[in-house]
Amino acid sequence: MNFIVQLSYLIAAVLFILGLKAMSSPKTARRGIVWAGVGMVLATLVTFLHPAVQGLTNTILIVIGIAVAGGLAWWSGRRVAMTEMPQMVALYNGMGGGAAAAIAGVEMLRALRMLPEGLQSQAQALASDAGISMAAAEAALRAEGAGSANIASALGADVAILAILGALIGTVAFSGSLIAWAKLDGRMKRNSLVPGQKYVNLLVFVLAIVFGIMTFFTDSILVVTLFFALGLLFGVFVAVPIGGADMPVIISLFNALTGLAVGFEGYAIGNPAMIIAGTVVGAAGTLLTQLMAKAMNRSITNVLFAGFGADTQSAS
Amino acid sequence: MAIEGFVAIYIFMLAGFAGFEVISRVPVILHTPLMSGSNFVHGIVVVGAMVVLGHAESTAEQIVGFIAVILAAGNAVGGYVVTERMLEMFKSKDEQKKGAQE
Repeated sequence: MNFIVQLSYLIAAVLFILGLKAMSSPKTARRGIVWAGVGMVLATLVTFLHPAVQGLTNTILIVIGIAVAGGLAWWSGRRVAMTEMPQMVALYNGMGGGAAAAIAGVEMLRALRMLPEGLQSQAQALASDAGISMAAAEAALRAEGAGSANIASALGADVAILAILGALIGTVAFSGSLIAWAKLDGRMKRNSLVPGQKYVNLLVFVLAIVFGIMTFFTDSILVVTLFFALGLLFGVFVAVPIGGADMPVIISLFNALTGLAVGFEGYAIGNPAMIIAGTVVGAAGTLLTQLMAKAMNRSITNVLFAGFGADTQSAS
Repeated sequence: MAIEGFVAIYIFMLAGFAGFEVISRVPVILHTPLMSGSNFVHGIVVVGAMVVLGHAESTAEQIVGFIAVILAAGNAVGGYVVTERMLEMFKSKDEQKKGAQE
Protein backbone atom coordinates (compact mmCIF):
# COMPACT_ATOMS: atom_id res chain seq x y z
CA MET A 1 0.00 0.00 0.00
CA ASN A 2 2.75 2.36 0.99
CA PHE A 3 4.34 1.89 -2.44
CA ILE A 4 1.15 3.09 -4.14
CA VAL A 5 0.99 6.10 -1.81
CA GLN A 6 4.60 7.11 -2.44
CA LEU A 7 4.30 6.56 -6.20
CA SER A 8 1.19 8.76 -6.28
CA TYR A 9 3.01 11.49 -4.35
CA LEU A 10 5.80 11.35 -6.93
CA ILE A 11 3.31 11.66 -9.80
CA ALA A 12 1.57 14.55 -8.00
CA ALA A 13 4.88 16.39 -7.52
CA VAL A 14 5.68 16.03 -11.24
CA LEU A 15 2.18 17.25 -12.19
CA PHE A 16 2.56 20.30 -9.91
CA ILE A 17 5.85 21.35 -11.49
CA LEU A 18 4.58 20.74 -15.05
CA GLY A 19 1.39 22.59 -14.12
CA LEU A 20 3.26 25.64 -12.86
CA LYS A 21 5.45 25.56 -15.97
CA ALA A 22 2.34 25.51 -18.16
CA MET A 23 0.70 28.29 -16.12
CA SER A 24 3.58 30.66 -16.84
CA SER A 25 2.74 30.79 -20.54
CA PRO A 26 -0.53 32.29 -21.88
CA LYS A 27 -1.16 29.52 -24.42
CA THR A 28 -0.91 26.63 -21.97
CA ALA A 29 -2.07 28.33 -18.76
CA ARG A 30 -5.47 26.65 -18.55
CA ARG A 31 -4.00 23.21 -19.10
CA GLY A 32 -1.58 23.91 -16.24
CA ILE A 33 -4.18 24.35 -13.52
CA VAL A 34 -5.99 21.19 -14.67
CA TRP A 35 -2.77 19.15 -14.43
CA ALA A 36 -2.05 20.49 -10.96
CA GLY A 37 -5.66 19.77 -10.01
CA VAL A 38 -5.35 16.14 -11.12
CA GLY A 39 -2.18 15.84 -9.02
CA MET A 40 -3.99 17.27 -5.98
CA VAL A 41 -6.98 14.92 -6.27
CA LEU A 42 -4.66 11.93 -6.71
CA ALA A 43 -2.53 12.88 -3.69
CA THR A 44 -5.59 13.53 -1.49
CA LEU A 45 -7.39 10.29 -2.36
CA VAL A 46 -4.31 8.12 -1.97
CA THR A 47 -3.58 9.61 1.47
CA PHE A 48 -6.58 7.70 2.84
CA LEU A 49 -4.40 4.61 2.27
CA HIS A 50 -1.45 6.18 4.12
CA PRO A 51 -0.29 3.87 6.96
CA ALA A 52 -0.40 6.77 9.46
CA VAL A 53 -4.12 7.36 8.86
CA GLN A 54 -5.71 5.11 11.47
CA GLY A 55 -8.96 4.80 13.34
CA LEU A 56 -12.52 5.25 12.13
CA THR A 57 -13.13 8.47 14.12
CA ASN A 58 -10.10 10.18 12.61
CA THR A 59 -10.99 9.06 9.09
CA ILE A 60 -14.56 10.34 9.51
CA LEU A 61 -13.22 13.65 10.85
CA ILE A 62 -10.96 13.94 7.78
CA VAL A 63 -13.87 13.33 5.39
CA ILE A 64 -16.11 15.81 7.23
CA GLY A 65 -13.36 18.45 7.33
CA ILE A 66 -12.59 18.16 3.63
CA ALA A 67 -16.26 18.06 2.64
CA VAL A 68 -17.33 21.06 4.73
CA ALA A 69 -14.32 23.32 4.13
CA GLY A 70 -13.99 22.21 0.51
CA GLY A 71 -17.67 22.87 -0.11
CA LEU A 72 -17.55 26.32 1.48
CA ALA A 73 -14.38 27.23 -0.42
CA TRP A 74 -15.91 26.01 -3.70
CA TRP A 75 -19.04 28.05 -3.10
CA SER A 76 -17.20 31.21 -2.06
CA GLY A 77 -14.68 30.91 -4.91
CA ARG A 78 -17.49 30.51 -7.48
CA ARG A 79 -19.60 33.44 -6.42
CA VAL A 80 -16.92 36.05 -5.79
CA ALA A 81 -16.67 38.86 -8.36
CA MET A 82 -13.63 38.95 -10.67
CA THR A 83 -12.45 42.22 -9.14
CA GLU A 84 -12.38 40.63 -5.69
CA MET A 85 -10.08 37.78 -6.71
CA PRO A 86 -6.88 39.07 -5.04
CA GLN A 87 -8.40 39.07 -1.56
CA MET A 88 -9.75 35.56 -2.09
CA VAL A 89 -6.24 34.42 -3.01
CA ALA A 90 -5.04 36.07 0.22
CA LEU A 91 -7.75 34.30 2.23
CA TYR A 92 -7.05 30.83 0.81
CA ASN A 93 -3.31 31.40 1.11
CA GLY A 94 -3.70 32.34 4.77
CA MET A 95 -5.62 29.12 5.33
CA GLY A 96 -2.71 27.16 3.87
CA GLY A 97 -0.26 28.89 6.21
CA GLY A 98 -2.53 28.22 9.16
CA ALA A 99 -2.77 24.56 8.15
CA ALA A 100 1.04 24.27 8.08
CA ALA A 101 1.23 25.85 11.54
CA ALA A 102 -1.52 23.55 12.84
CA ILE A 103 0.40 20.52 11.55
CA ALA A 104 3.39 21.68 13.61
CA GLY A 105 1.00 22.17 16.54
CA VAL A 106 -0.21 18.56 16.38
CA GLU A 107 3.36 17.25 16.18
CA MET A 108 4.32 19.33 19.24
CA LEU A 109 1.28 18.09 21.17
CA ARG A 110 2.34 14.54 20.29
CA ALA A 111 5.86 15.25 21.50
CA LEU A 112 4.53 16.72 24.76
CA ARG A 113 2.38 13.63 25.27
CA MET A 114 5.55 11.54 25.02
CA LEU A 115 7.22 13.35 27.95
CA PRO A 116 7.92 11.48 31.25
CA GLU A 117 4.78 12.59 33.11
CA GLY A 118 2.60 11.17 30.36
CA LEU A 119 4.66 8.02 30.05
CA GLN A 120 3.48 6.35 33.27
CA SER A 121 -0.24 6.60 32.53
CA GLN A 122 0.25 5.67 28.89
CA ALA A 123 2.25 2.59 29.87
CA GLN A 124 -0.50 1.61 32.30
CA ALA A 125 -3.15 1.92 29.58
CA LEU A 126 -1.06 0.02 27.07
CA ALA A 127 -0.25 -2.72 29.62
CA SER A 128 -3.90 -3.33 30.44
CA ASP A 129 -4.98 -3.05 26.77
CA ALA A 130 -2.37 -5.39 25.34
CA GLY A 131 -2.11 -7.63 28.38
CA ILE A 132 1.65 -7.18 28.74
CA SER A 133 3.72 -6.26 31.77
CA MET A 134 4.21 -2.66 32.82
CA ALA A 135 7.93 -2.83 32.03
CA ALA A 136 7.33 -4.18 28.53
CA ALA A 137 4.76 -1.46 27.84
CA GLU A 138 7.15 1.22 29.02
CA ALA A 139 9.96 -0.17 26.86
CA ALA A 140 7.67 -0.21 23.84
CA LEU A 141 6.70 3.43 24.40
CA ARG A 142 10.29 4.48 24.93
CA ALA A 143 11.13 2.94 21.56
CA GLU A 144 8.79 5.51 19.94
CA GLY A 145 10.61 8.38 21.64
CA ALA A 146 8.47 8.53 24.78
CA GLY A 147 10.03 9.58 28.07
CA SER A 148 12.16 12.27 26.39
CA ALA A 149 12.96 15.42 28.29
CA ASN A 150 11.71 18.02 25.80
CA ILE A 151 10.23 18.60 22.35
CA ALA A 152 13.62 18.46 20.64
CA SER A 153 14.53 15.06 22.08
CA ALA A 154 11.05 13.63 21.44
CA LEU A 155 10.90 14.74 17.80
CA GLY A 156 14.60 14.70 16.97
CA ALA A 157 16.61 17.92 16.63
CA ASP A 158 16.29 18.27 12.83
CA VAL A 159 12.54 17.66 12.81
CA ALA A 160 12.03 20.00 15.78
CA ILE A 161 13.97 22.86 14.13
CA LEU A 162 12.09 22.65 10.82
CA ALA A 163 8.73 22.14 12.56
CA ILE A 164 9.33 25.28 14.63
CA LEU A 165 10.54 27.32 11.63
CA GLY A 166 7.55 26.14 9.60
CA ALA A 167 5.21 27.01 12.47
CA LEU A 168 6.62 30.54 12.75
CA ILE A 169 6.43 31.18 8.99
CA GLY A 170 3.01 29.56 8.78
CA THR A 171 1.47 31.61 11.60
CA VAL A 172 2.88 34.84 10.14
CA ALA A 173 1.51 33.95 6.69
CA PHE A 174 -1.86 33.03 8.26
CA SER A 175 -2.54 36.22 10.22
CA GLY A 176 -0.78 38.45 7.67
CA SER A 177 -2.89 37.07 4.82
CA LEU A 178 -6.09 37.50 6.82
CA ILE A 179 -5.19 41.18 7.40
CA ALA A 180 -4.43 41.53 3.68
CA TRP A 181 -7.83 40.02 2.91
CA ALA A 182 -9.59 42.33 5.40
CA LYS A 183 -7.88 45.42 4.00
CA LEU A 184 -8.56 44.59 0.35
CA ASP A 185 -12.14 43.68 1.20
CA GLY A 186 -12.62 47.08 2.81
CA ARG A 187 -13.20 45.60 6.26
CA MET A 188 -10.16 47.30 7.72
CA LYS A 189 -8.85 50.75 6.97
CA ARG A 190 -6.24 51.41 9.66
CA ASN A 191 -2.60 51.70 8.72
CA SER A 192 -1.11 51.42 12.19
CA LEU A 193 -2.16 49.72 15.38
CA VAL A 194 0.19 51.23 17.93
CA PRO A 195 2.43 54.31 18.03
CA GLY A 196 6.03 53.58 17.01
CA GLN A 197 4.92 50.44 15.25
CA LYS A 198 8.34 49.88 13.66
CA TYR A 199 9.86 49.25 17.10
CA VAL A 200 6.92 47.20 18.35
CA ASN A 201 7.24 45.01 15.26
CA LEU A 202 10.91 44.47 15.95
CA LEU A 203 10.16 43.61 19.59
CA VAL A 204 7.43 41.13 18.67
CA PHE A 205 9.69 39.56 16.06
CA VAL A 206 12.57 39.14 18.53
CA LEU A 207 10.17 37.71 21.14
CA ALA A 208 8.77 35.25 18.59
CA ILE A 209 12.31 34.08 17.76
CA VAL A 210 13.16 33.74 21.47
CA PHE A 211 10.02 31.72 22.14
CA GLY A 212 10.78 29.62 19.05
CA ILE A 213 14.16 28.72 20.54
CA MET A 214 12.53 28.09 23.93
CA THR A 215 9.98 25.80 22.25
CA PHE A 216 12.89 23.66 21.06
CA PHE A 217 13.99 23.05 24.66
CA THR A 218 10.66 23.16 26.44
CA ASP A 219 8.33 20.61 27.98
CA SER A 220 5.63 23.20 28.71
CA ILE A 221 2.48 23.70 26.67
CA LEU A 222 2.41 27.34 27.78
CA VAL A 223 5.67 28.18 25.98
CA VAL A 224 4.42 26.49 22.81
CA THR A 225 1.12 28.37 22.97
CA LEU A 226 2.86 31.72 23.51
CA PHE A 227 5.17 30.96 20.58
CA PHE A 228 2.18 30.44 18.26
CA ALA A 229 0.46 33.55 19.62
CA LEU A 230 3.55 35.70 18.99
CA GLY A 231 3.80 34.38 15.42
CA LEU A 232 0.16 35.35 14.79
CA LEU A 233 0.71 38.77 16.36
CA PHE A 234 3.78 39.45 14.23
CA GLY A 235 1.86 38.58 11.04
CA VAL A 236 -0.82 41.12 11.97
CA PHE A 237 1.72 43.83 12.76
CA VAL A 238 3.62 43.28 9.52
CA ALA A 239 0.56 43.43 7.28
CA VAL A 240 -1.36 46.33 8.83
CA PRO A 241 0.91 49.18 7.62
CA ILE A 242 0.95 47.99 3.98
CA GLY A 243 -0.98 50.25 1.60
CA GLY A 244 -3.76 48.90 -0.63
CA ALA A 245 -1.88 49.27 -3.94
CA ASP A 246 1.05 47.26 -2.64
CA MET A 247 -1.14 44.43 -1.38
CA PRO A 248 -0.75 42.05 -4.37
CA VAL A 249 3.02 42.08 -3.85
CA ILE A 250 2.61 41.32 -0.15
CA ILE A 251 0.08 38.56 -0.86
CA SER A 252 2.62 37.05 -3.24
CA LEU A 253 5.25 37.26 -0.50
CA PHE A 254 2.94 35.54 2.02
CA ASN A 255 2.21 32.97 -0.69
CA ALA A 256 5.92 32.21 -0.98
CA LEU A 257 6.18 32.03 2.84
CA THR A 258 3.29 29.58 3.05
CA GLY A 259 5.01 27.44 0.42
CA LEU A 260 8.17 27.42 2.51
CA ALA A 261 6.23 26.55 5.69
CA VAL A 262 4.53 23.67 3.86
CA GLY A 263 7.93 22.42 2.68
CA PHE A 264 9.36 22.52 6.22
CA GLU A 265 6.36 20.75 7.72
CA GLY A 266 6.66 18.21 4.91
CA TYR A 267 10.12 17.39 6.25
CA ALA A 268 8.81 17.29 9.83
CA ILE A 269 6.23 14.62 9.00
CA GLY A 270 8.34 12.88 6.32
CA ASN A 271 6.14 13.73 3.34
CA PRO A 272 8.11 14.22 0.10
CA ALA A 273 5.15 15.60 -1.89
CA MET A 274 4.81 18.45 0.60
CA ILE A 275 8.57 19.09 0.61
CA ILE A 276 8.77 19.36 -3.18
CA ALA A 277 5.52 21.24 -3.82
CA GLY A 278 6.14 23.58 -0.88
CA THR A 279 9.71 24.39 -1.83
CA VAL A 280 8.85 24.87 -5.50
CA VAL A 281 6.13 27.35 -4.49
CA GLY A 282 8.49 29.01 -2.01
CA ALA A 283 11.08 29.63 -4.73
CA ALA A 284 8.61 30.45 -7.51
CA GLY A 285 6.69 32.74 -5.16
CA THR A 286 9.84 34.60 -4.16
CA LEU A 287 10.76 35.18 -7.81
CA LEU A 288 7.17 36.16 -8.60
CA THR A 289 7.17 38.65 -5.73
CA GLN A 290 10.32 40.25 -7.15
CA LEU A 291 8.84 40.35 -10.66
CA MET A 292 5.60 41.93 -9.39
CA ALA A 293 7.47 44.55 -7.41
CA LYS A 294 9.63 45.27 -10.46
CA ALA A 295 6.54 45.64 -12.66
CA MET A 296 5.41 48.38 -10.25
CA ASN A 297 8.87 49.95 -10.34
CA ARG A 298 9.34 49.23 -6.67
CA SER A 299 11.73 47.15 -4.65
CA ILE A 300 10.41 44.66 -2.09
CA THR A 301 12.05 46.47 0.82
CA ASN A 302 10.38 49.65 -0.41
CA VAL A 303 6.98 47.94 -0.46
CA LEU A 304 7.52 46.40 2.96
CA PHE A 305 8.78 49.47 4.73
CA ALA A 306 7.15 52.36 2.84
CA GLY A 307 4.14 52.10 5.15
CA PHE A 308 6.34 52.57 8.16
CA GLY A 309 7.97 55.61 6.53
CA ALA A 310 4.57 57.19 5.95
CA ASP A 311 3.66 56.38 9.52
CA THR A 312 6.67 58.19 10.95
CA GLN A 313 6.11 61.14 8.60
CA SER A 314 2.52 61.61 9.65
CA ALA A 315 3.54 61.15 13.26
CA SER A 316 6.19 63.87 13.04
CA MET B 1 9.21 7.37 4.89
CA ALA B 2 11.95 9.32 6.58
CA ILE B 3 14.11 11.55 4.44
CA GLU B 4 17.29 12.33 6.24
CA GLY B 5 20.31 14.58 6.29
CA PHE B 6 21.90 15.56 3.02
CA VAL B 7 19.23 13.85 0.90
CA ALA B 8 16.68 16.25 2.33
CA ILE B 9 18.95 19.23 1.69
CA TYR B 10 19.43 18.09 -1.92
CA ILE B 11 15.66 17.83 -2.36
CA PHE B 12 15.14 21.33 -0.94
CA MET B 13 17.88 22.74 -3.19
CA LEU B 14 16.72 21.06 -6.40
CA ALA B 15 13.05 21.89 -5.75
CA GLY B 16 14.08 25.50 -5.12
CA PHE B 17 15.92 25.71 -8.44
CA ALA B 18 12.98 24.04 -10.19
CA GLY B 19 10.62 26.65 -8.73
CA PHE B 20 12.78 29.51 -9.96
CA GLU B 21 13.26 27.93 -13.37
CA VAL B 22 9.66 27.00 -14.24
CA ILE B 23 8.27 30.50 -13.87
CA SER B 24 11.31 32.54 -14.94
CA ARG B 25 9.75 33.65 -18.25
CA VAL B 26 6.27 34.58 -17.05
CA PRO B 27 4.67 37.61 -18.78
CA VAL B 28 3.31 40.43 -16.58
CA ILE B 29 -0.31 39.63 -17.50
CA LEU B 30 0.03 36.18 -15.90
CA HIS B 31 1.50 37.39 -12.58
CA THR B 32 -1.77 37.29 -10.63
CA PRO B 33 -3.08 33.99 -12.09
CA LEU B 34 0.30 32.39 -11.45
CA MET B 35 0.29 33.65 -7.87
CA SER B 36 -3.13 32.09 -7.50
CA GLY B 37 -1.93 28.89 -9.18
CA SER B 38 1.05 28.52 -6.86
CA ASN B 39 -1.31 29.28 -3.97
CA PHE B 40 -3.28 26.24 -5.12
CA VAL B 41 -0.14 24.07 -5.37
CA HIS B 42 0.80 24.61 -1.72
CA GLY B 43 -2.70 23.35 -0.96
CA ILE B 44 -0.87 19.99 -0.94
CA VAL B 45 -0.63 20.79 2.77
CA VAL B 46 -4.01 19.01 2.92
CA VAL B 47 -2.12 15.73 2.62
CA GLY B 48 -0.04 16.54 5.70
CA ALA B 49 -3.11 17.69 7.59
CA MET B 50 -4.83 14.37 6.80
CA VAL B 51 -1.79 12.45 8.06
CA VAL B 52 -1.52 14.32 11.38
CA LEU B 53 -5.26 14.06 12.03
CA GLY B 54 -5.05 10.42 10.98
CA HIS B 55 -2.54 9.57 13.69
CA ALA B 56 -3.92 11.91 16.36
CA GLU B 57 -4.50 10.10 19.66
CA SER B 58 -5.52 12.69 22.26
CA THR B 59 -8.53 14.99 21.95
CA ALA B 60 -6.29 18.08 21.74
CA GLU B 61 -4.41 16.54 18.81
CA GLN B 62 -7.70 15.71 17.10
CA ILE B 63 -8.97 19.29 17.51
CA VAL B 64 -5.82 20.93 16.15
CA GLY B 65 -5.58 18.28 13.42
CA PHE B 66 -9.18 18.91 12.42
CA ILE B 67 -8.45 22.65 12.20
CA ALA B 68 -5.48 21.78 9.98
CA VAL B 69 -7.68 19.71 7.64
CA ILE B 70 -10.36 22.45 7.48
CA LEU B 71 -7.82 25.18 6.66
CA ALA B 72 -5.88 23.03 4.19
CA ALA B 73 -8.99 21.88 2.31
CA GLY B 74 -10.08 25.53 2.02
CA ASN B 75 -6.68 26.40 0.58
CA ALA B 76 -6.72 23.59 -1.98
CA VAL B 77 -10.32 23.84 -3.18
CA GLY B 78 -10.56 27.63 -3.04
CA GLY B 79 -7.20 28.00 -4.74
CA TYR B 80 -8.30 25.76 -7.59
CA VAL B 81 -11.67 27.42 -8.18
CA VAL B 82 -10.23 30.94 -8.16
CA THR B 83 -7.30 30.07 -10.44
CA GLU B 84 -9.54 28.20 -12.84
CA ARG B 85 -11.88 31.18 -13.08
CA MET B 86 -9.03 33.61 -13.70
CA LEU B 87 -7.54 31.45 -16.42
CA GLU B 88 -10.93 30.82 -17.99
CA MET B 89 -11.35 34.53 -18.49
CA PHE B 90 -7.87 34.57 -19.92
CA LYS B 91 -8.62 31.83 -22.39
CA SER B 92 -11.83 33.37 -23.70
CA LYS B 93 -9.96 36.63 -24.31
CA ASP B 94 -7.29 34.73 -26.18
CA GLU B 95 -9.88 32.97 -28.30
CA GLN B 96 -11.64 36.22 -29.06
CA LYS B 97 -8.37 37.62 -30.35
CA LYS B 98 -7.85 34.55 -32.47
CA GLY B 99 -11.37 34.79 -33.81
CA ALA B 100 -10.85 38.46 -34.69
CA GLN B 101 -7.63 37.70 -36.55
CA GLU B 102 -9.26 34.97 -38.59
